[in-house]
Amino acid sequence: MYLALMVALPFLGAIAPLLVRHHSRRTISYAAGAVAVVSLLLLGYLTPSVLAGEVPQFLATWLPQLGLHVAFRLDGLSLLFAALILGIGLLIIIYAHFYLSQHDDAGRFYACLLLFMGSMLGIVTADNLILLWFFWELTSISSFLLIGFWFHQSNARRGARMALAITGAGGLALLAGILLIGNIAGSYQLDAVFAAADAIRAHSLYVPALLLVLIGAFTKSAQFPFQFWLPHAMAAPTPVSAYLHSATMVKAGIFLLARLFPVLGGTFEWFTIVTLVGLATMLFGAYFALLKNDLKGLLAFSTISHLGLITMLLGLGTHGALLAALFHILNHATFKAGLFMIAGIIDHETGSRDLRKLGGLRKAMPMTMWLAMITSAAMAGVPLLNGFLSKEMFFTEAYQQHLFGGLSWFIPVLVTLGAMLSVAYSIRFVYDVFFDKAHELPKQPHEPPIMMRVPVLILAALCITVGIAPMIMVSGFLTPALTSVAGADAEVYIALWHGFNLPLLMSVLALLGGIIIYLQRTELFNFNRQFDIRDAKDVFAGIVSRVTRFCDNLMQRIETGSLQRYMAALFILVLVFVIPELMNISALTGSRPQLDVDAISLSGAIILMAAAFGAVIFHRQRLTSLLMLSVVGLMVSLVFIQFSAPDLAMTQLVVEVVSILLMILALFFMPQRIPRSSTGGRVARDILIAGFVGGVVGSITFALLTRPFSSISDYFLANSVPGGGGTNVVNVILVDFRGFDTLGEITVLAIAAAGIHKLLNNLRPFMPSGDVDGRAWHQVKHPMMLQTISQLVLPLALMVSMYIFLRGHNLPGGGFIAGLVTAAAMILQYMANGVDWVKERFNYNYQSLAAIGVLIASLTGVGSWLFGANFLTSWFTYLDWPIVGKFEIATAILFDLGVYLTVIGATLMILANFGQMTTRHRPRQEGH
Amino acid sequence: MLSQHLAILPLLIPLFAALLQLFPWGNNPQFYRRIIGLVSCSLLIIVSVTLLLQVNSTTLVYAVGNWQAPYGIVLVVDRLAAMMVLLTALLALPVLIFGCYGEDNLGSHFHALFQFQLLGILGAFLTGDLFNLFVFFEVLLISSYALLMHGGGKQKLRATLHYVLLNLAGSALFLISLGILYGITGTLNMADMAMKVSTLTGDDAAIARSGGLLLLIVSGLKAALLPLYFWLPQAYATTTGTVAALFAIMTKVGIYAIIRVFTLIFGADAGLAAGLGYDWLWWLGLATLAVGGLGVLGSRDLRLAIAYLVVISVGTMLTTFSMGNDRAISGVLFYLLHSTLVTGALFLLADVIAAQRGKTASRIIKGRKLAQHAALGLLFFVAAITVIGMPPLSGFVSKLFILEAARTGAQVALLWPLVLFSTFLGMIALSRAGSRMFWHTLPGKPADISHPRGQLATIAVLLLGAIALTIFAQPVSDFTTAIADDLSQPERYIEAVLQLTGGDHE
Repeated sequence: MYLALMVALPFLGAIAPLLVRHHSRRTISYAAGAVAVVSLLLLGYLTPSVLAGEVPQFLATWLPQLGLHVAFRLDGLSLLFAALILGIGLLIIIYAHFYLSQHDDAGRFYACLLLFMGSMLGIVTADNLILLWFFWELTSISSFLLIGFWFHQSNARRGARMALAITGAGGLALLAGILLIGNIAGSYQLDAVFAAADAIRAHSLYVPALLLVLIGAFTKSAQFPFQFWLPHAMAAPTPVSAYLHSATMVKAGIFLLARLFPVLGGTFEWFTIVTLVGLATMLFGAYFALLKNDLKGLLAFSTISHLGLITMLLGLGTHGALLAALFHILNHATFKAGLFMIAGIIDHETGSRDLRKLGGLRKAMPMTMWLAMITSAAMAGVPLLNGFLSKEMFFTEAYQQHLFGGLSWFIPVLVTLGAMLSVAYSIRFVYDVFFDKAHELPKQPHEPPIMMRVPVLILAALCITVGIAPMIMVSGFLTPALTSVAGADAEVYIALWHGFNLPLLMSVLALLGGIIIYLQRTELFNFNRQFDIRDAKDVFAGIVSRVTRFCDNLMQRIETGSLQRYMAALFILVLVFVIPELMNISALTGSRPQLDVDAISLSGAIILMAAAFGAVIFHRQRLTSLLMLSVVGLMVSLVFIQFSAPDLAMTQLVVEVVSILLMILALFFMPQRIPRSSTGGRVARDILIAGFVGGVVGSITFALLTRPFSSISDYFLANSVPGGGGTNVVNVILVDFRGFDTLGEITVLAIAAAGIHKLLNNLRPFMPSGDVDGRAWHQVKHPMMLQTISQLVLPLALMVSMYIFLRGHNLPGGGFIAGLVTAAAMILQYMANGVDWVKERFNYNYQSLAAIGVLIASLTGVGSWLFGANFLTSWFTYLDWPIVGKFEIATAILFDLGVYLTVIGATLMILANFGQMTTRHRPRQEGH
Repeated sequence: MLSQHLAILPLLIPLFAALLQLFPWGNNPQFYRRIIGLVSCSLLIIVSVTLLLQVNSTTLVYAVGNWQAPYGIVLVVDRLAAMMVLLTALLALPVLIFGCYGEDNLGSHFHALFQFQLLGILGAFLTGDLFNLFVFFEVLLISSYALLMHGGGKQKLRATLHYVLLNLAGSALFLISLGILYGITGTLNMADMAMKVSTLTGDDAAIARSGGLLLLIVSGLKAALLPLYFWLPQAYATTTGTVAALFAIMTKVGIYAIIRVFTLIFGADAGLAAGLGYDWLWWLGLATLAVGGLGVLGSRDLRLAIAYLVVISVGTMLTTFSMGNDRAISGVLFYLLHSTLVTGALFLLADVIAAQRGKTASRIIKGRKLAQHAALGLLFFVAAITVIGMPPLSGFVSKLFILEAARTGAQVALLWPLVLFSTFLGMIALSRAGSRMFWHTLPGKPADISHPRGQLATIAVLLLGAIALTIFAQPVSDFTTAIADDLSQPERYIEAVLQLTGGDHE
């Protein structure tokens, strides 16, 4: 429980600095510090049991299905790292209090820092691999915020993005690796994974899993060839650099290697890859560290180099190497955090971090100088400091390995070379800053506030005490840590003096060589100048912008914005999907007996086809094409009549009339100029696609029509009168059996009307003043003949529609057809007399009419509830009226009334809106 | 009385709300329309929660007009439908509240169309009848045509035109497909059709298969599957934030239809038509995922980038679905919940950002400082890491479910790299967008356009949904697993629908 609390605390506590962000800086820092202190106390509380060999664990199930649990463990390795994270974290918080300027948002800074601290704690204490990954990605995210803290600087933004991209990508690889491991082990819990270690190493997926995990670790720990993001992360405020690049972020990769060493380590692949990558990184980092003129740049590359050293030790994987690795992790964290803080102090007090500008600060900052000398001596590996001990152990391991057979001697030589460079840049750090000759600096240098130095002082003191008395200081910590990496019964022995041996010679060579290299550095600088090394940030930004542009161009090729192409894609997909299925059919013609073809049907079919072709051929002459289309529609209604479907025929007929009229109205606003004709290839393509789709649909239709057919329609025929109370089955289906569909469709009509209103309301289309050839429209807009006839027709039409409506339930007709007939008669009024004329006489809100229609239909449905029946359950009875005789009363007629009103309302609303556009006076209706 | 009609309430509430909103309402109509809309959406949440509680024990079947299946239209509320209804309701209310802060005034009929849109979406989820599904598709399409144009402007009109015409073609194909399936099976009820399809032999099966594949195309068009997704990026990127956010559920309607039809009618038990289209979905889904990734990276506009994130999510879901195992389907459903809420939040957020940035709008270039810089930055940050699938929010959980669902070597070898790589591309693109919009600001005064806190709170509420999905990941995934289990045994659905023979429905 305390363990979980320890990890959770920084996350919860991250709010604290934000809550007090408007208070004084001191309050904010105290809030942040308190969080770290409490976490540290919790760790202290747990430490004795860990040192005694226990492993406190915490388990709460979260997602058992995925094998993801909130599971923490505090073994030796976790303790070592947790102590570093919290201890150095606390020092950083103190340091940052003095470092940040008044303009910086300290609340945000500490919040991000605490989030980061929590994420790191999570990584090192996670007892579940997926949970580990979870925190791993959180460090990527929170470090993104920390590196980009000064986001007004371009460097910070780009550095942060690059760090996120590289470590984030590594995190994704790690996830894949972890999933592979978990699948092999059958669990993500560390104990289970450890138990399955042999199975994992023997598994065929071992190498992919290893590679993926290593990509994760190497990106995080800035190992070659992923090292390039780290120097640019130095754009962060120095406390962040000190924290991220000494004790935490970059150590996460190292931690992962150590954590998974018992599972993945010890194989040939592990050894080869990890050792060589470590070695390359060490040399690469050390070389560039010497060349950097920026203090933090120097430290960044030296960090890369030291991480390479640790990686290499983990790669070697012997007992001694693992111990050396763990020991150096500790040592590197102490001296590197101190050095970063010193760099920050120098920057803070002089206004510069440029080694070429700095110099002679020993007089102004004597205390800082001493601290710098101690910590950089530790980095260089000078005896009596902690760095010396771990480096000596490193030399021993490098010398003792025989893993490359006859060429194994390469390794100690290269290692010594790396150490020489390390000494050289350490000297440079001290000499160029504090000695050398003084230059003009942006600020008059002076010692920083005492409290800013205290954290460094503590770290420097640790360097010395550990260096002198390692067994007393750290063996207690290292023993359980080593146990958790190397297995049971680990023994820690660190000696100050091993006698005169080769490792000692290597140390001496490194020190001497380092001094020589430092003295000859100008040669090296000149040599390096031959290479045109491009700034990784620019390279990264260049790649991103090139890839972005590439994607953009590619997408513009895929999405040309051409509707024709999108349509072609749709129909080609239809062909690709359906043709293979149809090719499996043995016989298209089914077993159903076929009717004879009579002359009338044949000629009807020919007219139908001719009209359809005509519609396509004349598609550039819109009116003609439209007329062809209406011929098709009329022929279809004739077909309905021939096959005894009078309802359908009537519906088709009036729909045809109304929709063609509306389309002609719409044509008025279409551009009159005929669009350029397509190229031959396009036409050929379109003909092919259209022909094939038509052929396919035709084949399927033929196949269906020639097959025997039994369906639910028999039920409708049987139940129309007893169940629905109507002899017109089509109407009963519409208003009863499938009344719900009808309700949906009239809703669609109402929506369409509202939508067209919405569209036209905001549209100001071009209105031509003449036809294509430039002839002006006729002056008489409303011919007398039409006016007269239309007015005569209106009452007749209304009567007919009433008749059709009333008889609908039993004979062909119904609300839909009746509504359309009424609408057609009204449309005629509009056409004959104009919008204004109709408006004067019949000023009704069509929108409300449509809404009322749907409302009536819906309320009819809800009415059934009163009788305890389901929505839209119909009811009917027969009454004997005195004069009329037997008369049927059905709720369905009420529903049909709704349909009737909706059709009228919607159709006329569409028409009125079109018409309105042609009148000069158009009150804009906004927001309704 | 209401409890008996619970299944149809999610449709009647928005229907009546929309009809009432169509009336003129005097001098200050917008006030009444807002009230009606908000009441409707709130009621929807209550109803859908009640439904969800009920369906855990039994599948609700509601025979409209008291005509029993397979003859009449039935509404079927199983776990899947109930979950989708609840998700829609949870998305709709915050989005509507956001819209009520002024975006609803940009054009006419916003509120009625919003409710009609909900009616169409919910109807598609609830119906157990294939033709009725078509009707509700039409309802949702016609409202979406109108909503897409909300606010006007040339670009919107152009994008809408593409959307309308492609979908009209889609509707025609839907009708052809219905004709084929009805012609072969003689029924429109999905459960009945499932039974009939499973017994088909020879040529009949092949014809039914082609009908099914047409249905796949129609649903794929709605879901935005490559090569049918072309309507989506421009439509989503140009329309108003409220509409785009509501449309976060629109592609899911297509995905729902695919899941429903291709587990029930063309699932494993479908005889000669078993497993229809799964191979196509796998490959096209992967391609969609890839193209979405390219699109995200290539986007020069935040809204466009979000639209491509939608494309990625579609590819991810359909590919995963096509693997067909229970874990995959459960993972898809979890991902669906996550992606709907987060995408909704992101579209709203992009709208606010664009408004506060003024001229530069949502283009990914440096611009002036936002008035509510910190709050919007935080919201964007949270939404971004969630949508690309980084911890700690629901994105990573759903991504894990998806990755874990891949079983065979081929599945792992194709799905993992594509999913992870698209995550990476999303990370690059959104970190670039965030950095340019929130960090790389021009010196000078921030914009004076600031948004009411309540409006921003709606975005936060949607993101809270993502947080809840993370914390309660296990109960939610238990539920999606139960759905996957239901779907793998279509006979449960069929029995529930067809056991009712005549007589009054209780």
